[in-house]
Amino acid sequence: MAIIRWRYPSEMPAIGELSRLQEEMNTLFDRFFGKGSAVSAAGVYPPINMTQDGDHIYLKAELPGMAPGDIDVTIEDDNLILKGNRKTDVAEPDVSYHRRERGAGSFSRTIALPVRVVADKAAAETRNGVLKLVLPKAEEVKPKKIEIKLS
Amino acid sequence: MELQSTVKKQVEPKAELTYSRPVFTPAVDIYETKDALVVLADMPGVDQSGVDIHLEENMLTIRGKVAEEAVDKDVVYSEYRTGDYYRSFTLSNLIDQNRIEAAIKDGVLKLTLAKAETAKPRQIAVKAG
Repeated sequence: MAIIRWRYPSEMPAIGELSRLQEEMNTLFDRFFGKGSAVSAAGVYPPINMTQDGDHIYLKAELPGMAPGDIDVTIEDDNLILKGNRKTDVAEPDVSYHRRERGAGSFSRTIALPVRVVADKAAAETRNGVLKLVLPKAEEVKPKKIEIKLS
Repeated sequence: MELQSTVKKQVEPKAELTYSRPVFTPAVDIYETKDALVVLADMPGVDQSGVDIHLEENMLTIRGKVAEEAVDKDVVYSEYRTGDYYRSFTLSNLIDQNRIEAAIKDGVLKLTLAKAETAKPRQIAVKAG
């Protein structure tokens, strides 16, 4: 058996490791319960937020630097496809970069819609680099109120 | 090249906000041209009225405020959070602090910081002796 010198707990390097682990667990929980940003594991671009009310599905995606014409939105059956190509290169010649953090490249993302939508009546707009889609739900999936008659 | 999504980096701004909202670091590209230093910052959701650029001594601070939207709808799923943007840079004195231009388009802020006259490259003619 190896003899390990006893050290006061606060000196132990393992404490640092433990607190790091705890930090990681906290982040995990925060993400799970919606406090953190819950980016899908695959890292697909762009991240989206989807909300709904009785009649519509609302979808938002942050696409900074992309003009409306650069984004291709298609609805196929119950899938929504977002496609585009984000360019961050500049037109000026002879530039030297100090930092390059803004991602560039093409993307294509297919999102399964939770319910059937009326594709013909879907509306899309981009404002300040945020894409907003309003998708009306199909008549048959809209919530219906059932009147209870007094007998 | 396939674009990958990244988690927005949350920061604690130097001074606390009077309202509770997450604050993120915008991703930036900084490049230098012959006459200027250009900063491009991704700040989706921020319009012209929401941008605040502050210069004090050599510290350039960029703030972007997103228009708050009512969230009364039922969330189906959420992959990103919205919040304000905050980032600051230390400028070298090679910048002419009186000639800073800013423009925002499609959620991208472009700051053009003109170089000071003394910092511009100069051609020095060599005279024959």
